[in-house]
Amino acid sequence: MATVAATFDARSDTASKFEANPATRDSAWVKYLVIGVGLTYFTIFLLLPLIAVFVEAFRKGAGTYFAALVEPDALSAIRLTILAAAISVPLNLVFGVSAAWAIAKFQFPGKNFLITLIDLPFSVSPVVAGLIYVLVFGLQGWFGPWLNEHDIKVIFAVPGIVLATIFVTFPFIARELIPLMQAQGRDEEEAAISLGASGLQTFWRVTIPNVKWALLYGVILCNARAMGEFGAVSVVSGHIRGETNTMPLHVEILYNEYQFAAAFAVASLLALLALVTLVLKTYVEWRSHRPVAGEQVS
Amino acid sequence: MSIEVIGISKTFGTFKALNNVSLNFPDGELVALLGPSGCGKTTLLRVIAGLEHADTGRIVLDGADATDKDVRQRRVGFVFQHYALFRHMTVFENIAFGLRVRPRRERPSEKDIRAKVNRLLDLVQLGWVANRFPSQLSGGQRQRIALARALAVEPRVLLLDEPFGALDAKVRKELRRWLRTLHDELHISSIFVTHDQEEALEVSDRIVLVNKGQVEQIGTPKEIYEQPATAFAYSFIGSVNEFRGRVDGDFVRVGDEKLRFQTGTFKNGQEVVAFSRPHDTEIVANPQSEDGVSASIKRILGTGAVARVELVANGEAREGRKEFFEVEIPGSDVQSLGLSTGQHVKLRGRRLSVFADQNGTQAAS
Repeated sequence: MATVAATFDARSDTASKFEANPATRDSAWVKYLVIGVGLTYFTIFLLLPLIAVFVEAFRKGAGTYFAALVEPDALSAIRLTILAAAISVPLNLVFGVSAAWAIAKFQFPGKNFLITLIDLPFSVSPVVAGLIYVLVFGLQGWFGPWLNEHDIKVIFAVPGIVLATIFVTFPFIARELIPLMQAQGRDEEEAAISLGASGLQTFWRVTIPNVKWALLYGVILCNARAMGEFGAVSVVSGHIRGETNTMPLHVEILYNEYQFAAAFAVASLLALLALVTLVLKTYVEWRSHRPVAGEQVS
Repeated sequence: MSIEVIGISKTFGTFKALNNVSLNFPDGELVALLGPSGCGKTTLLRVIAGLEHADTGRIVLDGADATDKDVRQRRVGFVFQHYALFRHMTVFENIAFGLRVRPRRERPSEKDIRAKVNRLLDLVQLGWVANRFPSQLSGGQRQRIALARALAVEPRVLLLDEPFGALDAKVRKELRRWLRTLHDELHISSIFVTHDQEEALEVSDRIVLVNKGQVEQIGTPKEIYEQPATAFAYSFIGSVNEFRGRVDGDFVRVGDEKLRFQTGTFKNGQEVVAFSRPHDTEIVANPQSEDGVSASIKRILGTGAVARVELVANGEAREGRKEFFEVEIPGSDVQSLGLSTGQHVKLRGRRLSVFADQNGTQAAS
């Protein structure tokens, strides 16, 4: 982490140093060309769509905008989205911390396999992820008949959506923690035990505080993905209005029904979520690189 | 507290880190576990602490078998090479940690904790850093805080794993002198691991010399330095000139040349390695001399009371010896022998120590 922090802090210094030094300074047109290309690209592909979302959302006035948000189907979609995130993020938090802890602090057979497995949701298409659940829990699937007999609905119902969300957001927290915990090693934990701390005390007082910023960072990303997930959820949802529609699915339906203003209004909520996530992420990054907080490794 | 190590063995995969080690650490001494890196000394320390479990053997602390006790119950203070301070806690909280994690019944009051931490901070002469974070301290300061933290729980024994290994030379020297003083004040049984012979010789009451998972020699620094018991001990401690060859009557035959030695418990023709300290090595100016091994002078350093002469083996006769030799002679001898750079001479051992040569590469320097 020290190197990360160092490069983070030194970045602006290096830039100005390169500029001040005639030996490394590029000519003005190179500088402005590179900056120009970067900014143009950023504007066309990132900034314009973001602005468009809000412009389109308010095209028919604020009244239509808020009406689209408080409409029952929209409210239901918002509730379901929050529910899915509220279940999947804590579950992945517990799983992510335990997996990272096991991988970083212990040696066991099958460790590399577990690391690869954690990455699976990143490498597999979300649609395939959704299909997997349909194959397992759907009517024609492995457990379909049994679930049907007991009147448990997974696919085309809320449990399926939660499962799909958990699957796609699986790696975020674990991936964030593993490298950091590996870099920190076991010394501090060993020191804690040798001072008489129990396993639980060591975990809460040493292990978790050491990774808290990375943990928070992982949770933020995990949450953003959980709320924004479309592909996997779309497959298992069944698109029942007011019941199994999450916000992204609701946006799609509205759009397909030519209710552009309403679609963009709901989309603007997701865009806002993204902006809030970015602000939080930047804050957490800034906090975790602050040396005064004692976060730096020597 | 006395520490007894009985028949400890430990294997990592196919690597035998400790091979049937038995040791007895008397009460109140500062003992150095000395050996080259990878010799098993850190593993032994961790086994004593309970941070590592031995495959076989027992650990007896204060007369009671502690083999199956875990590290919490052993009440040992452990100091890590890289300090292992809790990076998110202030120095004060680091030291207080061992007191705060005690079960409620045994936990001292906040006032007592405060008083004790402040006392320890004074002991390590760092009262003014109490509210800083470890990342704001220098290496030497961190290690002193780590020591204070270990002492806070009133351990029965202090175990230090290469405590000065990560520090620069100057701080290292200061800190080991300070550790010696601290030990003289506290008299707590301490074991510290080091690969630095100078450190071990200077600081410890007793040295345990470890090599390849086995104890080579135990003794006071004086004994270890003056009477090395094995070829390894001889070559590891202090600088030494080394000659390999076969026993031939009263001589060790090194290549085509021979060196006279005194004791004769070796069979004729036995492979041996002979050592001679620089101050016990003689230079014979006449390269035709019968007795001695030929070398040529590379440099002559210091012309005061003692002159150090560095020599290299002659190109044609390198068999059975290391390439470099070092000899310490009275400065006046440089004049009287008429030594000069590039001159061909012969080397002789005044007190040659000869050991059976178990394998050609055993004696690492």
